[in-house]
This record gives sequence, structure tokens and C-alpha cells, in this order.
Amino acid sequence: MTTTTVTPGAPSDALPEEVLRTKSWKGPIGLAVVAVISLLVFGIGTPSGTQTTFSVATSSDFVHLPTATVPSKLAAILLSVVALALAGYAAYLANRYRKPGIWLPIVYGMAVMGALLTWAGAGRDSTNIQITGLLTSALFLAVPLIFGALAGTLCERSGIINIAIEGQLLAGAFFAALVASMVGNAYVGLIAAPLAGALVGAILAIFATKYWVNQIVVGVVLNMLVVGLTSFFFSTVMSDNPELNQSLGLEALPIPVLSTIPVIGPVLFDQNLLVYTMYVVVIVFQIMLFKSRWGLRVRAVGEHPKAADTVGIKVNRTRVRNTILGGAIAGLGGAFFTVASGLAFGKEMTAGKGYIALAAMILGRWSPRGALAAALLFGFADALRVQLGIIGSDIPSQFLAMFPYLATIFAVAGLVGHSRPPAAEGTPYKK
Amino acid sequence: MKLELRGITKRFGDFTANDSIDLVVESGTVHALLGENGAGKSTLMNVLFGLYDADGGQILLDDEPVVFVGPGDAMAAGIGMVHQHFMLVPVFTVAESVMLGHEEVRGPAKLLDLDAARARVKEISDRFGFHIDPDATIENLSVGAQQRVEIIKALSQDAKVLILDEPTAVLTPQETDELLEIIGQLRDAGTAVVLITHKLREVKAIADHITVIRRGKVVGTAEPTASQEELASLMVGRDVSMTVSKDAAQPGDPMLEVENLSVVDEATSIKHLDSVSFEVRRGEILAVAGVQGNGQTELAEAILGIVAAAEGNVKLDGEVITGRSIRQALDAGIGFVPEDRTEDGVVADFTITNNLILDLYDKAPYSKAGAIDRRYASQNAAEQVERFDVRTTSSEALAGSLSGGNQQKVVLARELARDLKLLIASQPTRGLDVGSIEFVHKRIIEERDKGAAVLIVSSELDEVYALADRIAVMYHGRIVDIVSPDTDRDTLGLMMAGAHEEEAA
Repeated sequence: MTTTTVTPGAPSDALPEEVLRTKSWKGPIGLAVVAVISLLVFGIGTPSGTQTTFSVATSSDFVHLPTATVPSKLAAILLSVVALALAGYAAYLANRYRKPGIWLPIVYGMAVMGALLTWAGAGRDSTNIQITGLLTSALFLAVPLIFGALAGTLCERSGIINIAIEGQLLAGAFFAALVASMVGNAYVGLIAAPLAGALVGAILAIFATKYWVNQIVVGVVLNMLVVGLTSFFFSTVMSDNPELNQSLGLEALPIPVLSTIPVIGPVLFDQNLLVYTMYVVVIVFQIMLFKSRWGLRVRAVGEHPKAADTVGIKVNRTRVRNTILGGAIAGLGGAFFTVASGLAFGKEMTAGKGYIALAAMILGRWSPRGALAAALLFGFADALRVQLGIIGSDIPSQFLAMFPYLATIFAVAGLVGHSRPPAAEGTPYKK
Repeated sequence: MKLELRGITKRFGDFTANDSIDLVVESGTVHALLGENGAGKSTLMNVLFGLYDADGGQILLDDEPVVFVGPGDAMAAGIGMVHQHFMLVPVFTVAESVMLGHEEVRGPAKLLDLDAARARVKEISDRFGFHIDPDATIENLSVGAQQRVEIIKALSQDAKVLILDEPTAVLTPQETDELLEIIGQLRDAGTAVVLITHKLREVKAIADHITVIRRGKVVGTAEPTASQEELASLMVGRDVSMTVSKDAAQPGDPMLEVENLSVVDEATSIKHLDSVSFEVRRGEILAVAGVQGNGQTELAEAILGIVAAAEGNVKLDGEVITGRSIRQALDAGIGFVPEDRTEDGVVADFTITNNLILDLYDKAPYSKAGAIDRRYASQNAAEQVERFDVRTTSSEALAGSLSGGNQQKVVLARELARDLKLLIASQPTRGLDVGSIEFVHKRIIEERDKGAAVLIVSSELDEVYALADRIAVMYHGRIVDIVSPDTDRDTLGLMMAGAHEEEAA
């Protein structure tokens, strides 16, 4: 022991730093590829000399904004170049081991969408691109997805896979219509819907925690069960007594002042009670899940139930409660299809939205905020499909309808970012 | 605080895991609970911690009888436990992990008071010199650091009695020394420490009192001055030789030649193995020593071909085997005992019979006309179970139902069933009890004497000394030096930290 001394005192706490600092090129490359496609198709592909007209005004606006008419080719090229520049900036950040802020994907998305809309609306002098209408319907179409994705997040964060969101939405839609029709008041539907969803959630919770049945199987079976039951009552009781299935709607409740702001006002603040409830629910659960005692415990149960148990947290009780709570929230989302849309109940009217909500949950990385963003993206794609259909675009609408799911597949494959589900999800906790 | 267990009995069905066990632990002392795996030590502590309900007996704190319904009660009474498998949520930060279960909240919204938790972690970490960052994420911490987080967790609840369940099973020799130091500090600070272990060296190093448990019963108490042999025979119930006798090696021609082998992690570009060259001769055991995570695992896996070599090649009996499939490498005469036997060594849901033919099922005589010859397979299983002394009710039992030591015997039985040119064994006795260690070591030496080349990877210096004919020390993906087994422990320790032999000696 002459030249070297080793000090055992200072332990190596973390892995070497270079292990954690990795350059991630997937994001920038993906952004660049889409931007180049945008430039080639929407930019170069737009015929010269055409114009696109955007209109944002609605009758109730506080300030009336004029319609904007832009030269199509130039605008589409400029927007694509902006997107390309943002991709370059993301690459620059990646090279320095940094990640761009949330603003980058938002601005990027707006640029590419703008290019798309400019291209689609080029040379159609008779129709305008209705920006406000587009955004309003995007938010509206996203509502059931947001509630569904939030329900999935709450369940999966506690370790229960909730495939039964579809059934919970449908049960919510059915009961909202039924109870509202019986009482004659649409608002009562908002109370009935979560109860129906909670019931479906409770069945899932019991089978998952008490009998350790595969949660995906139970979830799928529950979906089938709800489809069967609601379809049965729809074609028997409801068709015999039409007064039990009326088209009652929640009226829009414009918030004074806020609702008269151009664009934002009519989109966000001229909605019905269900949409306002959605804002509150998303914000509350975002805070609760990550900043409260309840949230810490729920996440511990979903990640490492044994660890939670050893500090005195009741694992299965937490899971049952969360699954019922999740069911209630999905049920409330189901009210969207009937009372919030002013429609009567129809057979299988949720049309797979529950599964899409699951996709939104995954794309949103199991957080309420992310679920909101992902669901809005899906809602926007849906609204875009409708809008382009109205102006008579050349893009097949099926192609647009497909786009959000492509995004989900890439997200799950890790292209958009590391997407990691709660470690213990789907695994029953046995002592 | 004085903790007393009186006549604790715990049964699982017909099986009595704890049979009226008595134990007294005084504050400011370290009490070692010594016993083989499966002797009932962990069961006893789970009873004490409120995870299991006892079928009989009493727990007394300061002579007052107490009843713990759940871990929460035990913690409230001042008992903390560090489990063998850490009870930490990998994606939480240290502060979150420590506060979980008894979170402090603040403000009208009652949100988590993370600052208080951070301060608490920092205070305890500073008091004992743990060097733990409250904001580090658990999964980024080394195993040793995670264990210190567990200790902080217990201490943050003002634990007066701290139970450590096999705390060194997952630690490197360095980390083990650090832990023993920490235990000493805790004792000096007045904590009563219960150390559950089967490792005699640690018991002798730190314990004030020793209680030995065998098959669920207290079979005796001992003083730390007792010799390792005395403790071992008390623990196992018969005389055990601590060192397996072996004849001097008769090395022949080089069997395994590794030339400039490198392994690079593609995702992170980290070199796990950096241009490593060495050879192992017939009839010789080369033991690779080193602190875990210095490339030993990758070395063993790269030779077999489980991880791809970025450069360099591996020759077996003069033939290059790099780039071949694993199946081809096995057929060429390599036996492989993986580091993690439960994950990689056996298929837990398969019977012992099937586990024994995992690599031979498609070859005669196990395979007949394309189907497995069940009768032959059963006969083979019966013979191997007998020969390797696998303790099981039947060879049709699932491998997952066996204890770690018996699983390891199944893996060895399978790998040694073929004629081997090279046996690679990673951590062959990790987590095994004294009796099984002796057995496994004997088999490995037998294989050497049959003329195979043997490569052992071990982070236990005792094991390296027991088996090695030559010792290769690895550090940061390189072989520091290859030395004779006469090299003393201190020198090896310094080499494991990267010093060359001439510097270290």
C-alpha cells in the first residue's frame, strides 16, 4: 500500500453522469420529417396565385376581427419553413442534451396545421376556413375522450387496467338520458351518469382485486355486457315508452366578459356545464395526483404495491376506490353523448370512444394534463375531418381520421418520448 | 427501548415456520439472528413488523405487551424494517419515498410538504454521512445508496428498533463494509439493531449477541467470539468445512482465449467491456473478481454470445465462436450458470424435470421421433435430483417453488449434464446458505478436475479465494491484472478500485 489510497467512506451514490445524459435524436428527426413533408405537399404543392380565406369572427364577439385572406402558396411555404426551423432548434437542443419546452410542439403543431389548412382552402373562393368553429368542435369532440382518459389515468395509476371505459361511457350516456327524461331535467342526467359509470367500475374493481381475474378480460366482458344491456333496454323499454328517452340538452352558459373575447371566448367560455366541469376535474386531479398525499399513495400503489403495504397503505382499498372513482368520471363523460349534445340515447352511440380515450391516456403519459392535451389533439383531428369535408377537400376523410392513431402508435413506440406505464398495472396484489 | 419476543409461533398450513421463539433485544446493541435460508428468520421479523399475524406468543416493548395489526402499528411503536428486497418505488424521489405513508402536508389545500421531507432526509443523511440527495430518483441510485434510503426511511420514523433483513445479500464487499460501519454508528446512537443474516463474517464483525435459528426453532445463542466453524455447525446442524479442499490445478492447453473483446451499449455508447484479453486453460479455474458493475456480467454474457461483441473475438478450443448463435456456443461445449437464477436460470412455471432438459429436449435420448420422451426425462430428473441433492417433494414440482439454493442446484445439474469444455458461472452461490455453498463449490472443482476450463465471476472475495487458481480483477470494463490466489485481501481490494498489483502491494 504505497502509492494508492482508497477511501471507502464516500459511497458512489448515483450512476456516472454520462449514463443519464443521452442525446435523443428521435424527436427532432420526426419533427423535421413532418416539416419537410409539409413543405413539399402543402407548400410546393399549392397552386400559385390562389388565395385562402380564414374567418374567426362570431356574432357575439366583443371586438370584430375581419376575415383574413392570404396568398396560399406563400403562406403554406412560410408556415412549413417555421416548422422546419423549430425542428432545427429541437435538434440544436438535443445536441446539447436539452429538451425543448412545451411551447415548441404547440407552435410547431400550429404551423403544420396552418399549412395544411391553407393548402386545403386554397382557391376555394366560396368558402372560408372557420377557425373558431373548428376549435369549438375540436374541444367539444374531445370532451368524452378527456373524461375517459382521465378515468383510465386514475385507475391505472393505482394499478388497475380499465378497458371498461367504453362500457362506462355507454352506461353513463344511457342513464343520463333515462334519468333526465324521467325527471324532465337534463341536469339530473349529470348526476345519474357518474353513478352508472361507478357501478361498472365497482364490478371491475371487485373482479380485479378480490378474484384476481385478468383485468383486460373483465374490462372487455364488461363492455360487451353494457352494450348488450343498453341495447336491450333501448329496443324494448325505451322504444315502447319514448318519453323515457327524450332529446334533452344542457344549454350553453356563456361566462360574462370572458366569452366575448375573440376566438378564445366562444371556444372556451361559451360551453355547457359538463365542459366547465371538465376544466375543474382536469385541474383538480392534476394537482391531487402529483401534489397531494392521496396522489402520492395512489402512485405508490400503482408502482410498487408491496412497498405501499409496508408503510401501512391499504393497497386493495386504494385500488377499489380509484377504480370506482375512475368509473364515475368516465360515466360523467358518457353524459356528453346524450344530455350534453342534446340527443336521445342511441344503440352503441359511444362508437369506440372509450378505446380512443385509452389511447389518449397512453399518449398523455398517464397524467391528467397529458390526457387533456392528447384528447384535444384527437378531437382536433376529428373536427378537422368534419371541416375539410364541409369545404370539400381532396384529402380522403378516412386518412385524416387515421392520423391521431398513427400518432399514438409512434408515441407508444417511444418516438415522441419515453412512455412508461405504472409498473404494477394489471397485476393483482396478493399478500 | 427493549424489545422482547416470547414464544412466537407462526404456522403456514401444516408447516411451522416459527416454533415458540424467544428473543430479547436491548437498545444500543446489535443482535444477530443467524440461520440458513428458510430457517424462519424472515417470517419471525414479518410477524414482529405486523405483516403476519402470529399463531401464538407475545411481543413486548419495555415489558408492555403490544399487538401490531399492520406495519403502520409497528412503525408507530418505533420499529423500522429494511427489507431484503427494497420497498422503494423506483420512479419516486428519495424525499417522496421517505415521506410515503406518513406525509406531512401544508397549506389550506393540504398539499405535500416536500420541503419538510427534503430537510428530514438531509438531516439524517448528514448525521450519518450517507451522502444521499433528497431529490435523486430511486432508480438512478446504486443498490448501496438505495439501502441507505431504506435506513433513512426507518430513522425518519424515529425507529428505536431497526430490523435489517439480509442487508448484505445485494451489496458489494465495499458497500458491505460501509453498511457495517453504519450499523455501528446506529448502535452507538442508541438504536437496537436486529441483523438477519447467514453470513458469518458480518456476524462476527458487528454483532453483540447472536441467536441461531434452525428449522423455525432457536437452537442456541453464541458470543461473537465463537469461531466461524462453531457458528456454521450450529446453523446447519452438522459440521461444515468452511473451505472446500482442492488439489493443485493441472492446467493443460488453453481452452478459452479471449482477444481484445469489447462490449458497447449502443443506446448510451458506454463501454462495458474495454478490449479485454485473457485465456483459461483446461483444468484451471479463473475467477473474475471486482465490484459489481465493472463489466463482469457483460464479459460472461459476451463469451456465450448473449450480448454482441463490438470488437475482438473469443476462441474455444482453438475455434472462433464469436458471432455464433447461443445454441451453437452451447453445443460447442459451454456450460453457463447465469447471475440471476430465478430470472435467467430456470423457468419458474416449469417442473424440475422440464427445467433439467431445457437445452437438451430436442436431442436424443430426450427426444424420440420429434417428441419428448417423457419417461426418459423423468428418469433423468430423478437421477439428477438425487445426485445434486435437490430438496424437493417431487421432480414434478415447479422450479419456482424451490428455494434459491435448490434452484441453483437444478441449474448446475442441467449445465453439468453435458460434456463441457468451458463452464462459466456468474455469482454461483449468491444468496445460498452455507451447506449449499459447499456443495456448489465441490461440483465446480470436480468439473475442473475433469479437464474443463472454468470461469467464475464473483463479487464475494471468500468465494474467489475458495475456487480460484488464478484471479483476474476487473475495474471499469478492463482487467487490471491477473494474480495468484496467494495475493492478500487488502491488495485485491485496492486492485478492485483500479490500482495495479505493483501499486497495491
